[in-house]
Amino acid sequence: MTAHVPNTPHVEVKGLQVTARNAAGETFPIVSDIDFALKRGEVLALIGESGSGKTTIALTLLGHARPGATISGGTIRVGDSQILSLDAKGLAALRGNRIAYIAQSAASAFNPSRTIMDQVIEPALIHNLMPRAQAEKKAVELFRALALPFPDTIGLRYPHQLSGGQLQRLMAAMALVTDPELVILDEPTTALDVTTQIEVLRAFKSVVLERGATAIYVSHDLAVVAQMADQIVVLNQGRIREKGAADQVLHRPADDYTKTLMAAARPAVRPAPRQVDLPAAPLLEIRNMTAGYGKIGKDGMPRIPVLRDINLKIERGATLGVIGESGSGKSTTARVIAGLLPPAQGEVLLNGEPLPPGLKGRSREQFRRIQLVFQNADTALNPAHTVGQILARPLAFYHGLKGNAARLRVLELLDLIRLPASVIDRRCGGLSGGQKQRINLARALAADPELILCDEVTSALDTVVGAAILDLMAELRKELGVAYMFISHDISTVRAICDDILVLYSGNMVETGKREGFSEAPFHPYTDLLIGSVPEMRAGWLEESGAGRSLPLIGASADEPDLCRFLARCPARIDGLCNITPPPRHALAKGNMILCHHDEEDLIKFQGLAASAA
Amino acid sequence: MTASFLRWAKALPLSGKVGLGFVLFWLAVAVFGPMLAPYPVGAFVAYDVFDGMSAQHMLGSDYLGRDVLSRLLSGARYTVGLAAAAAMLASATGTALALTAAVGGRQVDEPLSRFMDTLISIPSKIFSLVLVAAFGSSLALLLLIAAVTYVPGNYRIARALAVNLAQMDYVQVARARGEGRFHLALREILPNMIHPLLADFGLRFVFIVLLLSGLSFLGLGVQPPDADLGSLVRENISGLGEGAPAIMMPAIAIATLTVGVNLLIDGLKGKRS
Repeated sequence: MTAHVPNTPHVEVKGLQVTARNAAGETFPIVSDIDFALKRGEVLALIGESGSGKTTIALTLLGHARPGATISGGTIRVGDSQILSLDAKGLAALRGNRIAYIAQSAASAFNPSRTIMDQVIEPALIHNLMPRAQAEKKAVELFRALALPFPDTIGLRYPHQLSGGQLQRLMAAMALVTDPELVILDEPTTALDVTTQIEVLRAFKSVVLERGATAIYVSHDLAVVAQMADQIVVLNQGRIREKGAADQVLHRPADDYTKTLMAAARPAVRPAPRQVDLPAAPLLEIRNMTAGYGKIGKDGMPRIPVLRDINLKIERGATLGVIGESGSGKSTTARVIAGLLPPAQGEVLLNGEPLPPGLKGRSREQFRRIQLVFQNADTALNPAHTVGQILARPLAFYHGLKGNAARLRVLELLDLIRLPASVIDRRCGGLSGGQKQRINLARALAADPELILCDEVTSALDTVVGAAILDLMAELRKELGVAYMFISHDISTVRAICDDILVLYSGNMVETGKREGFSEAPFHPYTDLLIGSVPEMRAGWLEESGAGRSLPLIGASADEPDLCRFLARCPARIDGLCNITPPPRHALAKGNMILCHHDEEDLIKFQGLAASAA
Repeated sequence: MTASFLRWAKALPLSGKVGLGFVLFWLAVAVFGPMLAPYPVGAFVAYDVFDGMSAQHMLGSDYLGRDVLSRLLSGARYTVGLAAAAAMLASATGTALALTAAVGGRQVDEPLSRFMDTLISIPSKIFSLVLVAAFGSSLALLLLIAAVTYVPGNYRIARALAVNLAQMDYVQVARARGEGRFHLALREILPNMIHPLLADFGLRFVFIVLLLSGLSFLGLGVQPPDADLGSLVRENISGLGEGAPAIMMPAIAIATLTVGVNLLIDGLKGKRS
């Protein structure tokens, strides 16, 4: 390669335009007037909401436009190649070789029938860059650099044997095995839990720095971008709103749209006035509930237990936040309350009266009082029905409203969720994610419920749209006095909107308490990890947070089913105690109950220390 | 109605339009054919057997000197009508049972599915031969045989679709709302199965045309002097050596009908993606 003048950018995009054709055959631009450049070894972030064109732009760097779209103008130069003037053969030689792409969902990007190693070294073999043995050696080096477990043998496994975070890192290994000049990362951590995201980000960052790779990082999450990027390009509706050095865009944004994004990234606290005279019985109470899947054994435990010994109360008009990682049993809790999964032990009380465990035997009135809103509005709304039909069904079912009365109420509901009346006869397919989620919420409201179970209702949405949904929920709560159970993996959202918080880890309640109790240490070690894993919007956070903290060594665990489940990951575990005796549940001075051996002083010492080290 | 049909037809790919053309043509023949036939079905009108095409007999004459065009116009009704009725019966029964299995839980699903597996293991031709031998051929029996033969196949496909759809969040939401099984099956699940089921219906239709033609070819189908397309082929088989239109035309008729339906189905599928 010829020596290049350091001032010439390595990647240069000028006047890029991509157009698509609509059903009527008219062409319209998806992105236009895109200019940016980055030097060798720099990381540029493309940020924006969904539909802003960020993935479209990222794909054009590979010379690719999605079906229906065409690259209609501009130039893209990577190194000494003009991407847009290359033919199919030239592009094929480039892709996976000099330019690599890392997609959002690694789980669906791997072929389940081939081993990891086969797939990771495939780009090197396809482009005849090195012999197989050498490629495998290089892959193992990359596995080590990406901090994957068992780097020497992990390549022999199949994708289903690995976790989402591991697959995402393996995909990075696949991309880097050819030593590409440019790596494109398309929302690589969006689908991961915060605690996993931080590990993956750390691995990405060290590899990118070590190899001096030039990278384009596509994301909607400003805080994540703050950790990775040197330059930021803010996109909205296919146009550049602002571009500049990361520090400037994050801390002194010039554009109004960027400011909105920044504001939405940190959820505003939305407290609701507590109702004054509470009736004796709480709205919902769960007592000693254990639930899971499979046959229930003689000891009263299901074959695959998911939740153990859950106790919680939700007062009228209050909001309970349930947080935890995927697989912690958050959604199962909602399913038990809704009656979709009968618990193995314990009971659920509504207004002080026990609810029948399953769907069978519940009265229509009991169904009406508890409504369930699913995370993914795409799958929660029947694609065969119109918006009007979807909203009218609970009205007819619970309240016997028909004809004109029902139509008027549907219009009222649409007004309540601030959608135009014209959507009433449309099917959900043509609506945006935020609009669908509003209809999802409105369907629950149509029942006139007392409790709405919200399962990750904002997780699939953009920050700005999600913030609008949270505002709407807070407002409805004020107006209608409904109570929410708000399930989320995002502790900052939960802390912003909930009165009480419940932290689940692997089906156990590890910490419960009022919102105020979650603002400063001491916490349960897992809560501490969750809070510490939420990225902060400043460069350098990634390096400081929990870096170099190693787990204390412990001996073999005793054969005791009720040992602390967080043991394997706990930075504060004690050999001879945590691996031998089940932890007690005890109260902290601020009112939170935790399931841990440590007392208050230990935790403050430990977490205070970590905080001052940061 | 007409306008929306035209718009729908216009959106079909070329092969789909060709298929639609064939299908419409054969439907028209099935409805109006006997009225257009120049001679009665069983009348001996030509002096010669296996005559070529002429002004009097546009498609020639058959092995007894009957007018092939007239027989074809009258016969199409049996093939198209029987096959469409049997396909509808098979699809409706199979889908209804599949929905029952999907919302009924294991206790309903298991016995029903095993029963269908038993049915599917009986070879269709042998099954029809036994029934025709036992009860004698009649239109009602042919309809029943064709329907019963193709219920299990439709059930399998519809059940696979319905069981998947029953796990969808919107069905879970409806369950948590307290909806009954009837509502779940008919309002939440069924509307989302319609497209693949239409494709399946088309396939079943074609299979049934072939089954009926096969039975008629063996002499067990529609009985003389009436004839469906299959029996027209069989009775004129001796004309094959001379390449008489009497055997070519019914064969071409079966081919255009089945190929037309298949093209139309493929066109429908292509439109969705």
